[in-house]
Amino acid sequence: MSLNSELSRIAKERILVLDGAMGTMIQRHKLDEAGYRGERYADYSEPLMGNNDLLSITQPEIILDIHRKYLAAGADLIETNTFNANRISQADYGLEDAVVEINVESAKLAVQAAKEYSTPDKPRFVVGSIGPTNRTASLSPDVNNPGFRAVTFDELVEVYSEQVEALIDGGVHLLMVETVFDTLNAKAALFAIQSVYDRLGVELPIMVSGTITDASGRTLSGQTVEAFLISLEHVPLFSIGLNCALGAEQLRPYIQTLAEKAPFLVSAHPNAGLPNAFGEYDESPEKMGNQISEFIDRNAVNIIGGCCGTTPEHIATIARLAQQGEVRALPQNSEAL
Amino acid sequence: MANLRLSGLDPLELTRESNFMNVGERTNVTGSRKFLRLIKEDRFDEAVEVARDQVEGGAQVLDVNMDEGMIDGAEAMTKFLNLLAAEPDIARIPIMIDSSKWEIIVAGLKCVQGKSIVNSISLKGGEEEFIRQARYIQRMGAAVIIMAFDEKGQADTYERRIEICERAYRTLVDVVNFNPSDIIFDPNIFPVATGMEEHRRNALDFFEATQWIKENLPGAKVSGGVSNVSFSFRGNDAVREAMHSAFLFHGIRYGMDMGIVNPTQLIVYEEIEENLRKHVEDVLFDKDEDAAERLLEFAQSVSGERKKSERDLSWREAPVEKRMEHALVNGIGEFIEIDTREALAELDSPLRVIEGPLMDGMNVVGDLFGSGKMFLPQVVKSARVMKKAVAWLEPYLLESMKAGGQANKAKPKILLATVKGDVHDIGKNIVSVVLQCNGFEVVDLGVMVPPEKILTTALEEKVDIIGLSGLITPSLDEMVFLAKEMEARKLDLPLLIGGATTSRAHTAVKIAPVYSGPVIHVNDASRSVPTAQKLLSTESSNYHGAIREEYIKLAEQYSKRQQSKPILSLEEARANAFILDRTGKASRPNKLGVHSITTDVRTLRQYIDWTPFFQTWDLHGKFPRVLKDEVVGEQASALYEDATKMLDQMERERWASPSGVFGLFPAHRIDDDVMVEHNGEAIPFLSLRQQNAKAAGAPNFALADFIDTQDDYIGCFAVTAGIELAKRADDFEARGDDYNSIMLKALADRIAEAFAEYLHERVRKDYWGYASDENLDNTDLIAEKYRGIRPAPGYPACPDHLEKDTIFKLLKAEESTGITLTEQKAMYPAASVSGYYFGHRDAKYFGLGKIGKDQVEDYAARRGIAVELAEPWLGPTLNY
Repeated sequence: MSLNSELSRIAKERILVLDGAMGTMIQRHKLDEAGYRGERYADYSEPLMGNNDLLSITQPEIILDIHRKYLAAGADLIETNTFNANRISQADYGLEDAVVEINVESAKLAVQAAKEYSTPDKPRFVVGSIGPTNRTASLSPDVNNPGFRAVTFDELVEVYSEQVEALIDGGVHLLMVETVFDTLNAKAALFAIQSVYDRLGVELPIMVSGTITDASGRTLSGQTVEAFLISLEHVPLFSIGLNCALGAEQLRPYIQTLAEKAPFLVSAHPNAGLPNAFGEYDESPEKMGNQISEFIDRNAVNIIGGCCGTTPEHIATIARLAQQGEVRALPQNSEAL
Repeated sequence: MANLRLSGLDPLELTRESNFMNVGERTNVTGSRKFLRLIKEDRFDEAVEVARDQVEGGAQVLDVNMDEGMIDGAEAMTKFLNLLAAEPDIARIPIMIDSSKWEIIVAGLKCVQGKSIVNSISLKGGEEEFIRQARYIQRMGAAVIIMAFDEKGQADTYERRIEICERAYRTLVDVVNFNPSDIIFDPNIFPVATGMEEHRRNALDFFEATQWIKENLPGAKVSGGVSNVSFSFRGNDAVREAMHSAFLFHGIRYGMDMGIVNPTQLIVYEEIEENLRKHVEDVLFDKDEDAAERLLEFAQSVSGERKKSERDLSWREAPVEKRMEHALVNGIGEFIEIDTREALAELDSPLRVIEGPLMDGMNVVGDLFGSGKMFLPQVVKSARVMKKAVAWLEPYLLESMKAGGQANKAKPKILLATVKGDVHDIGKNIVSVVLQCNGFEVVDLGVMVPPEKILTTALEEKVDIIGLSGLITPSLDEMVFLAKEMEARKLDLPLLIGGATTSRAHTAVKIAPVYSGPVIHVNDASRSVPTAQKLLSTESSNYHGAIREEYIKLAEQYSKRQQSKPILSLEEARANAFILDRTGKASRPNKLGVHSITTDVRTLRQYIDWTPFFQTWDLHGKFPRVLKDEVVGEQASALYEDATKMLDQMERERWASPSGVFGLFPAHRIDDDVMVEHNGEAIPFLSLRQQNAKAAGAPNFALADFIDTQDDYIGCFAVTAGIELAKRADDFEARGDDYNSIMLKALADRIAEAFAEYLHERVRKDYWGYASDENLDNTDLIAEKYRGIRPAPGYPACPDHLEKDTIFKLLKAEESTGITLTEQKAMYPAASVSGYYFGHRDAKYFGLGKIGKDQVEDYAARRGIAVELAEPWLGPTLNY
């Protein structure tokens, strides 16, 4: 059975579990500058602390271990450590030229871990994580010059193409354009993905996950959830969903909108609540689980996991709930996947 | 097929009812000299303001065009779209990227995060280029307009239009895998009445091509630039507007989904002067060779001035509170938000705006209504304006409450609910509106409300009065049950009883005795206000006492009447059954078995019986006389006009998909049961027999009497106006538009009844065919001058609602029509009708009257249920 059809089959049977936060788990290791550099970049000219994606090269055991913990907790899908592994974000460290290697190595680590935990009954899949970059294509960073753009559509397509091709090289099973704060960035990423697929003659399932900035219910670039969905519907997606920025409780009404309207599977990976006074996410697995059960009880999701602040303990709770839950059926008269 | 879905910051779904897409077209350098000048002079800030005006003016989509030789189109497109993206109030609507140059389209697509429309591409440059462009547009996530143009040129005949559109469609769908719902054809609207022989069929060819596209190219939409059609009449706005409206009106009937037209250059189709409309339509449809000549001649006589009489807006000059009063009394919503804003600035407190000018205005409405100078439809329109104003104030109210502002002065609160098992709410909604207009706060729990919810909400919300409504007979028992519960919980809240099935007698005999608080039957909306006011005033206990006395008297009279009227035993009644004349039996049906049928509003509206519609609105009188009635005529006419308009829109935009099912079966009678022979089984319809003492020679009827003991036939049916109308009515209500919500529900009821009438006629003339030569007009139909009857369970001849179960099972009616039965056997959607067909020449309607315990026991045994379970279903007919 091909990967796509196996995934679709499983998704019809049960709610899939996505892993939790990578950053939160890395923080537990309290790495210093030397830790981030490892041997490979010991003599590098610029500071590298905070470049989490680079750890796939400099501290592969840590990353591998995090993947294993999430797999052990019950995740069906794990995300590669590549959220910022694109030329625009890596420019902050002067590591544009390491982008391909970071993506390839990150993918390989996740694939290795997934293989270790895969069984015929519970196959595990690797999702190539594609972040938004730190520039917006439809907003100006300069309030006095609203027509200005720090990045163009064409530049984004180029940057994303590089990352996508490297992730595919590294062996990922799916791709996820996530934490979408500007839909035009996502359109560029999807344009890049489809072009790369054409060129390589492959077709991996594509997941998209947007971010609602605040209680306005809109993305950073101003779209409502429904407008966001309509803007991306032209791509035959595996799933569409929301992640980050909000906790499960705040995310629920927007997931509900997607659940009603989306002709694709619906995913949610919320933060562990809202940040506390110290900027930390501290919602307990139990509390988050209670809110997640609401999604599940309303048959609103097909894929569920965690974003900032979530840990293997959260995912274990979520996985338990997902197992008991009933899978969301696609809305009637929407075309099949 | 799916609707066209677009997005800016907000979603936009173009549905059939969008009617025409209101495209802001002033941001187009080829269409606006002003906009061209601003772009040429690099005055982009001002150009953005042009866009803002369009959006504020109601544009749903913004057309942007930079096709001008003297400017760099791609650069200008990019710059302008980037600037628009920074303006959330503009960027909320989708963009139409309009260019004949591919590189400008590409530049535009790279700037928009939403789903836009590309306007346009065509086969002009060959198939290869067309495919490449379509693939790119698909990948960029836009919809596309396809011009009917190919390598040989622009399509200008019917055949060329369909040839090109079909080729483009097949290429897009089969080769590119383009979503068919995102394909919009523009099959070229060309001018008519140009004097050229070859232009005579221009409009008609477009219409017919449109129809062909809609029938043959699934999912595809049809659009067109409407103003082209009237090109020959430049300078004569009256003719142009008429022509645009007529073109659009007919275009939509042929399947056109959207027309690009300046909304200010349109008038309402119905308002086109009749002569002008005829001349215009003769030209559009190429009636004969002189049509154009006649219109040209006629156009000379129509002045170029707008024919529309200027509206009288002098009231706009009055002070703000007077303006608000005027708006409320006249139901004008157009300016209320501006006025509310001004009043807020003046009074500096949202609460004061509500309690001041708004309530003052509503008090005027209440007084006028109370004194019979305003009628229900107007009051409901006033309420719509009120709601609009309050909705505008809402954010300020919340703010001032947060800031520790004064709490809302307590208004008297009334809870309203349609009781468990019942789905009818038109009357309840009218009462709700009328009460709100008169200073009451209404907690409306909707339909099918369980008693527990009514009671807990009443306590939680601390309401002052509970009002119950119901239309079907089982609702009466629900009301009794609720009254008992209130007594058990020691409540003393006044209880108002209303709804078509309720009566003063039932309230007095069954409800008032079980509850010691005030119980009052209120039969029409206009009575609800004074009743509620009296109940809450200082004279409340006197009022309550008076009503109670009245009801006790009523109950006594009733029981006396009962005692003085003994009834026959079931045996005696059966002995006096109606004897069927075998020569009057209906012939064997042409189409035995179960059949589904769908139809449309266009067909059904001719069958509407309007009189009950006016009764819904408390305008009493027989149609059409009611339109000329001395007292209510003016209002009835206004209401009729609104209803007609809504029906027109419903028809044009296909709001409803009425569906029905009927069955015709061999049958025979055993005692009071009709045995229906279907699929090798004999399924009984249970009928009930009159038991009142009859004059000599008058039989005691049961419906079964109209069926022979052998070799006979019976039919049954279920029809509905459709779930779509119910949903749409809810939408209106959710938007605070009670007037249109009630209007639509009332019309849906009429359509369902009309469907029953229409289907019955078809059955008599074709499907059953016992009256194939019948020829009656609607007045005759309403007067039931035809042969045969269609009694409905729950109505006087067969009060037993359980029969609906049998009908629904026989017809599989739930599956084929979507009508569902509540636990009390009310049909949902409420606008549904079900019943039987009896074809015997002598079949007639009768009222069952009271029945005795012996028949109830007999019935329960036939039904296979306990007597105690049977009694509630027959409640009001029991003689004990």
